[in-house]
Amino acid sequence: MSDALRLRGLSFSYPDGHLALDGVDLTVQQGERVALLGPNGAGKTTLALHLNGIHTATSGSVEISGMPVDKGNLAEIRRRVGIVFQDPDDQLFMPTVRDDVAFGPRNLGLGQAEVAQRVDQALTQVRLHDVADRPPHHLSFGQRRRAAVATVLAMDPDILVLDEPSSNLDPAARRELAEVLLSLDVTILMITHDLPYALQLCPRSVVLADHRIQADAPTAQLLADDEQLAKYRLELPFGFSVPTA
Amino acid sequence: MSGGHAHHTLYLPGTSVLHRLPAQVKLVAAVLAVLAIVAAPREQFWAFGVFAVVIVILAVTAGIPLLLIARRLLIELPFIGFALLLPFVASGERTDVLGLHLSTDGLWGAWELLATATLGVSVSILLASTTPLREVLTGLERLRMPTLIVQIMSFMIRYADVVADELRRMRIARESRGFVASNIRHWPVLGRSAGALFVRCFERGERVHLAMLSRGYTGRMPQPEGDGATMTTWGLALSLPVLFAAVSLTAAVLT
Ligand SMILES: Nc1ncnc2c1ncn2[C@@H]1O[C@H](COP(=O)(O)OP(=O)(O)OP(=O)(O)O)[C@@H](O)[C@H]1O
Ligand SMILES: [Mg+2]
Repeated sequence: MSDALRLRGLSFSYPDGHLALDGVDLTVQQGERVALLGPNGAGKTTLALHLNGIHTATSGSVEISGMPVDKGNLAEIRRRVGIVFQDPDDQLFMPTVRDDVAFGPRNLGLGQAEVAQRVDQALTQVRLHDVADRPPHHLSFGQRRRAAVATVLAMDPDILVLDEPSSNLDPAARRELAEVLLSLDVTILMITHDLPYALQLCPRSVVLADHRIQADAPTAQLLADDEQLAKYRLELPFGFSVPTA
Repeated sequence: MSGGHAHHTLYLPGTSVLHRLPAQVKLVAAVLAVLAIVAAPREQFWAFGVFAVVIVILAVTAGIPLLLIARRLLIELPFIGFALLLPFVASGERTDVLGLHLSTDGLWGAWELLATATLGVSVSILLASTTPLREVLTGLERLRMPTLIVQIMSFMIRYADVVADELRRMRIARESRGFVASNIRHWPVLGRSAGALFVRCFERGERVHLAMLSRGYTGRMPQPEGDGATMTTWGLALSLPVLFAAVSLTAAVLT
């Protein structure tokens, strides 16, 4: 089976010259759930934006299911890779939540019935049916976050990339989102600062710091290693500890 | 926070016939109606009376308060200013009105400008009040309007929303820290806010665009459901410009 995701020597500088990534190597197998950890400003979001060709590597390569990410196959790449953005306000822009969730499937050129069915299913998954016809900017932050997740679920991606999905969710919504994610048969790359969430959802974690991948280990093992955690400014919430295996 | 979203305010939700007609049909009817109004000879005052009465009837049917239309008509103020100048500056035959020595041509020109502008703008207001902007845009696309123009227009609308939202957040953030602009000494703060606003809007617009691309956006808004206008709807909507054209034609024959 081919790798879902393969980054080789990925480097990227922003147009203002700021170096964000410098030689990132990462391979994720089909069906794996991987947490991408790292301090603020490490380049996690920047990395995510390479996975569907929003950013183009300054050097190095990005492959999705063996297909290089380049101009010629962007449409196919974007069908396969769904990104839930860090800030839901970047993602939601249509007049109603329903329209917004339908935006992606419509771009895929699906028929009306199929679009309606996908929208319905996605809204059910994130439990947002009751606000479906309200404008996104009138929802609470947590609701907007769930709406943003729904907009991507509706596209039925093979690879789901989530940028800090649990931030600003109430505990029940956080758990429900975890249940949704666990029920999906997709490859997941989850950027998060919520280490217990990473432990719950992702058997494997990688740490991005100083522009490249610094650690790649089973999540339980990584979180039990206090020394490693401290080195990359990672901290478990107060009162938590993961027993050394 | 409502009101911050400029483009939602033009549209008045409703269920009247005018609201239910497909956008592209209304667009064509409105443009033709305006052309008919412009074509009416200015000497036939009654024709303009008929136009006005029909527009008022339509507004009442759609449940749009006449006062609201009057307020929105204010956008034609610059035209009115120009119209008022005409009788003074136009050349040709002169006549005395209330002791003023005015140009007859100028007077006619002013009347024509005022009448056609008022009626034409009223028709557009009817359209805008009964059609959400998004539908106007899809309507334009269905009419084979160049996608680029439609796109630029939809971006303008989206950015209007983005700007209003950022503005609101920044105001709330300022006021939460105890700042209320009450006199001129506060203007520099507002100025810096405006600068920050520009940068933030630009960058947010960029990120929104990236998020759209991520969901397969290729520069063309997907068509929402419920398109295809039937012949009957076209017939119904086009009865307005047909009526107006008949009035103009009759007026022209009588002149
Ligand atoms: N548009 C931009 N232009 C220039 N530099 C940028 C831009 N966006 C991000 N950066 C820089 O790139 C680096 C990586 O940013 P990125 O947003 O990827 O971090 P992150 O790991 O997602 O952080 P966080 O945990 O805070 O979300 C940062 O130093 C940031 O300042
Ligand atoms: Mg980030």
